[in-house]
Amino acid sequence: MKLEANDLSFSYNSHPVLNDINFKIESRITALIGPNAAGKSTLLKCMAGVLEPDGSLIINEKDVKDLKKEELIRSRSYLPQDSKTNACLSVFETLLLGMVHSLSWKVGEEEIEAVSNVLEYMGIEDLAMKNINELSGGQKQMVFIAQSLIRNPQLLLMDEPTNGLDLQHQLELFEFIQKITKEKGMTTIIALHDLNLAARYADNIVVMSKGMIHSSGSPSSVLTQKTIQSVYGINADISVDTDGILWIKPLNSVRKVFRS
Amino acid sequence: MELPNKEAYESLIRRKILFFILFISAAFLAFLLDIAVGSSGLSLYEVFSTIVFPASSDPTSSVIVWNFRLPKALMAVFIGASLAIAGAEVQTILDNPLASPYTLGISAAAGFGAAATMVLGLTLTSFAGNVLVSINAFIFSFVCFFVIYFIAKVKSASKELIILTGVALLFLFQALVSLLQYIATDDQLQNIVFWLFGSLENSSWSTVTICLLILLIFIPLLAIDFWKLTALRLGDEKAKSLGIDVEKLRLKVLICVSVLTASAVCFAGTIGFVGLVPPHIARMLVGEDQRYFVPLSALLGSLFLSLASIGGKICCHKGVFPIGIATSLIGVPFFLSLIIMKRSGSF
Repeated sequence: MKLEANDLSFSYNSHPVLNDINFKIESRITALIGPNAAGKSTLLKCMAGVLEPDGSLIINEKDVKDLKKEELIRSRSYLPQDSKTNACLSVFETLLLGMVHSLSWKVGEEEIEAVSNVLEYMGIEDLAMKNINELSGGQKQMVFIAQSLIRNPQLLLMDEPTNGLDLQHQLELFEFIQKITKEKGMTTIIALHDLNLAARYADNIVVMSKGMIHSSGSPSSVLTQKTIQSVYGINADISVDTDGILWIKPLNSVRKVFRS
Repeated sequence: MELPNKEAYESLIRRKILFFILFISAAFLAFLLDIAVGSSGLSLYEVFSTIVFPASSDPTSSVIVWNFRLPKALMAVFIGASLAIAGAEVQTILDNPLASPYTLGISAAAGFGAAATMVLGLTLTSFAGNVLVSINAFIFSFVCFFVIYFIAKVKSASKELIILTGVALLFLFQALVSLLQYIATDDQLQNIVFWLFGSLENSSWSTVTICLLILLIFIPLLAIDFWKLTALRLGDEKAKSLGIDVEKLRLKVLICVSVLTASAVCFAGTIGFVGLVPPHIARMLVGEDQRYFVPLSALLGSLFLSLASIGGKICCHKGVFPIGIATSLIGVPFFLSLIIMKRSGSF
């Protein structure tokens, strides 16, 4: 799937957050990195249709403004940063809501089958009848990913999906994202703070700074000492491990964020 | 091949329907008992036969049932349902389990409308007596709603903004009611206090018809969006990404909630508890799939108001016991027992 942004801009109450964003993304996993307030989450929300930016967003050579609402809903799925909910719903019901645009009063066989299939695909069938609030953070995240996958989207947008997860769950989650992206032929865009996870799992990295795109390309071409210093304001040691994966070790800050 | 999760889901739905049937039966029984209990006692059989075969029933029983008790009993059912539905939807759109229809200041505004008529004769219509009080209560409920709606429409229909505006208006109208109580004569003060307690004494076939019509119009309007409202519980951002126009949905539900609350409050005064607790109990029993949550909230609201009406009549044989007090006295112990017995996260 091809995704293209042309002069994408967005302001919150006349305060510009995104300025003339232009990029082209084709398939596989793209990590969106950058410091706090760089505009990563806003850009994801614009791509997800949560916010309406200026400029144009092109999916498979069609402007999203020209696509039908149903077509758009089916083509993309968004996992917000804060997927916390205190809703009293079972996992099965939560997954059904992923198809809210097509549900009628009586849930049809097709929808029940879709939920059962995605539960099986994710290996979380045993959670089906549990209340979403009884689950651990990792389980909840898997349920929300399952909800995102239920419509077989071409574009999966995730905002900090590893928030609040321990190391094991972070790795498992990324391995799973890698697997589904490949198997389903999706384009996955993930906003991330962890540069090592980005280096390890992303095929493409887009670096954002101050509402603009600083650089983009493969992890080895983007994650350089110069980029990290200019975007994050830190010195970092960058090495390559035996598997050929970049390893970024932060050393010290070159500018003060907090006053001592 | 039957999918194991399909079976489990169908069993979950069967359980929800079972609760529904159980509470329909309980609400119907409470409704009949509400008609039967009173200063001249009637048996359930007499009540049933007078309603079903009015031509062949005893004339005295017929007058008691058809002219006095049936309108009040029906008002208990309809007002209970209206307030509970309004409560369930306010809690949903504001993502706040402590919210009730009264959080938005609608009842306080209705109280002010009623008190203003009683003390100042302040009115925008030419009706008289109790009708005037009800109409004024309804008008001021709508003044309150329009202020919230206008601010939400101009700024943003965010839940925080709606709650803050509602709470501000609640305090404003409460202060105005206090001011009217301060300047009222003893008789006027007594009338205001009694109205604020809540009562079904002013029920008639016309009030029953109005409440029923409002329910018949607004329940289907809400039902169209039951799935969207369920999805709203996953958060605004998630709902928006699922293609739901969250602001529009919130404003639409706000209109429905305001009409349901205003219609209940203007005829029966401020009856507490029913808009807050029945939705909680319904949530514990069937979760928040709105297809079951809202109808069960309505049934529980009706059940509680009927039970409160029965309790009030038993406690106070000759006088009129304010039903608003009875709802809390009967409902709160029951609610607390449910909280104590509830398994964590169960429904």
